[in-house]
Amino acid sequence: MPDAPTAFDEMLGPAGTTHPATRAPYAGIAAWLSAQGPETLGRKRAEAEALFRRIGITFAVYGEGGDPERLIPFDIIPRILARAEWERLSRGLAQRVRALNMFLADVYGAREILRAGRIPEATVLRNAAYQHLMQGVKPPGGIYTHVSGIDLVRTDEDAFYVLEDNCRTPSGVSYMLENREAMLRLFPGLCAAHRLAPVDHYPEELLETLKEVAPPACRGTPCVAILTPGHYNSAYYEHCFLADEMGVELVEGADLFVEDEVLYMRTTAGRRRVDVLYRRLDDEYLDPLAFRPDSMLGVPGLFAAYRAGNVTLANAPGAGIADDKGIYPYVPEMVRFYLAEEPLLANVPTFLCEREDERAHVLANLENLVVKLARGSGGYGMLVGPQSTAAQRAEFAARIAAQPGDYIAQPTLALSTVPTLAPQGIAPRHVDLRPYVLMGREVRLVPGGLTRVALREGSLVVNSSQGGGTKDTWVLDELPIAAQGGSQGATQSQSQSQG
Amino acid sequence: MLSRTADALFWMGRYAERAGNLARGMQAALRMSVLHQAANQAEDWRHLLVATGAEPGFAARHAEPTREAVIAWLATDPANPSSIASCIELARRNARSVRTALTVDMWESLNDTWMELRQRRATGDELGFFLEWVRMRTLLFNGAAVDTMLRNDAWRFVQLGVMLERADNTARLLDSKHTTLDESGPTGAVEYLAWQALLRSVSALRAYQVLYNARLRPRLLAELLILRPELPRSMLACHAQVSAVLEEIAREGGRRGACHDLAAEGHARLRQARIETVMEAGLHDFLTESINRNLDLGRAISEFYLGSGDA
Repeated sequence: MPDAPTAFDEMLGPAGTTHPATRAPYAGIAAWLSAQGPETLGRKRAEAEALFRRIGITFAVYGEGGDPERLIPFDIIPRILARAEWERLSRGLAQRVRALNMFLADVYGAREILRAGRIPEATVLRNAAYQHLMQGVKPPGGIYTHVSGIDLVRTDEDAFYVLEDNCRTPSGVSYMLENREAMLRLFPGLCAAHRLAPVDHYPEELLETLKEVAPPACRGTPCVAILTPGHYNSAYYEHCFLADEMGVELVEGADLFVEDEVLYMRTTAGRRRVDVLYRRLDDEYLDPLAFRPDSMLGVPGLFAAYRAGNVTLANAPGAGIADDKGIYPYVPEMVRFYLAEEPLLANVPTFLCEREDERAHVLANLENLVVKLARGSGGYGMLVGPQSTAAQRAEFAARIAAQPGDYIAQPTLALSTVPTLAPQGIAPRHVDLRPYVLMGREVRLVPGGLTRVALREGSLVVNSSQGGGTKDTWVLDELPIAAQGGSQGATQSQSQSQG
Repeated sequence: MLSRTADALFWMGRYAERAGNLARGMQAALRMSVLHQAANQAEDWRHLLVATGAEPGFAARHAEPTREAVIAWLATDPANPSSIASCIELARRNARSVRTALTVDMWESLNDTWMELRQRRATGDELGFFLEWVRMRTLLFNGAAVDTMLRNDAWRFVQLGVMLERADNTARLLDSKHTTLDESGPTGAVEYLAWQALLRSVSALRAYQVLYNARLRPRLLAELLILRPELPRSMLACHAQVSAVLEEIAREGGRRGACHDLAAEGHARLRQARIETVMEAGLHDFLTESINRNLDLGRAISEFYLGSGDA
């Protein structure tokens, strides 16, 4: 009999349940887990490790001599969502990304949301992520956020929250695809016994999205390329993987040049025009003539070609203003303002200290809140209320009073857990979820996303740099009846032999 | 295809082939030195140094071409840019930079070779196993390319590199032995052993017997390695491939340059040659001209396809 969950467990249900009952999406997995002895699971984990060492070789290869940080641990027990749960999430995700995109078109255009006073002007215009060069630039189809990764956490049966939006160059989608590949190879019977919604078509959907946003003047099939900073970049494997899957060129800055505001790549057949560049390079490195002059990774004149409408950049430069920490609290407001809808996905409640009533609440409840710098990063200047001393709280109270606009506060969340194979056996571990949202002429999602899991007991930190791993994420088209054994494949007649 | 990609594929093919050829050459020299215990042992290894163009670098670091010193220099010394270890390192470095242009099978065969290389020894009695391992790994890599690559420009630039390197290798190997192939010279057991080793190094000992059904003779041996289209490692067979591959690239890309003319000329020169005239005019001169033509062709290919000009 498992212990009562201390947080919402996606297999066993709400926190504190003394007689937990398996939640329906996990019926197959629960039966399968109880049918496997610890030695079988241990053997499967060893097989998974062997398999991933093989794939891991590929990751480490690009890190010069097997950098172990590049090997992200994989947990063999999948994280499962019912189709109905996913449908709810995906509607919310599509809505949110539409609003974020409209926000970008607005702040780089007419600035209506600022003039309406729904977001303070300074919060946007004085933000380091606001790209003044983008003012008045209209990308094809009005699309800025071609690829977004929205980080979600769950605290209860129906409670999902957006922890953060990623509208620049979100990574990790290759893990989503490789994890599924690994599960299909390791557990073909278990996978066949579930109605798994496939994810393998992600590269196809991405390519379709990128082709749709080609410059209107582009004739014929648009030429799409992926711009990588090169093989020293930690996500280089993913850049290769996506180029390979989509069948497009993986280019570095030195492969490209701009002439008469047109982007070309150097090929064996002479120059070839590039119509859409999926850049996995930060804004500031894109073009030494427009951004950082010392960038060796970009292409001189690229921004001018972009502004002239001769090439599409995905995502658009300046899209980072939409995922900024200081902007995040206003995303629900964007949904209401642009779409006249209520947000389907909630933000983590965030108190803005610049607002007087919210500041009062924060100051009165410091011991229960996490206080963060609105425009800071790396955890600098952060107060974790439940673990703080009275002196630290007094210090923060003084800082907030002095610079209220610099601080936001959020409650500490009890992230949901999923059964995970820990060294001592199966144990609950906290997870988050990053689904990927594609936006071209339409919004596209593949079911699921990347599940990150905090492998350390009790840890809420899912980042791979701090003991985080990944799991395959299953969206089930039908709820499982029970776990089946390995199914028999169709048989073939014997091959012919020499007579 | 990106010029940078084509460049990396071409050189990946060349270096992988060079590693295999060097292993083959060393296997022949090893066999000679084992069977031919007598006098001129160091001479066999010196021939190999000359053939692979590694002699100047070796001479700068070593006084005497002793067996051990030459073997270390050719097999594993990272200071020799043409050692087997250096060639594998360079082939893999090129492959890694264009991972998406390769098939998984090609990448894994090359990457596994590179990883295993670090655990291999090429000294003492281990040398024979080491050379055999390199030869097998090169065959595996070429097999992976032939069996799995899409027949597009990626395939063509790999082939171009492999074939040009192979043509060059056969010319250099022959040239390093040209003194023993002098028809007016001695034809004793030692010469016979050298000819046998030469044929073995290009896997052509049996081919010789099938085609000529005769005792080994310098003239026939030279004809086989230079002019017979049936032998896949003959200079003619390799140049036929080089020329054909370049024509295919031109047909797809619609551009022609000096490299196409040079390749066609080089091919025609071999196709029209008769072994009698080659031997009379002098084998060494013919081979030296061949090696120089290969250098010119390599440069022309680089300028036209692989460079970073804006054209």
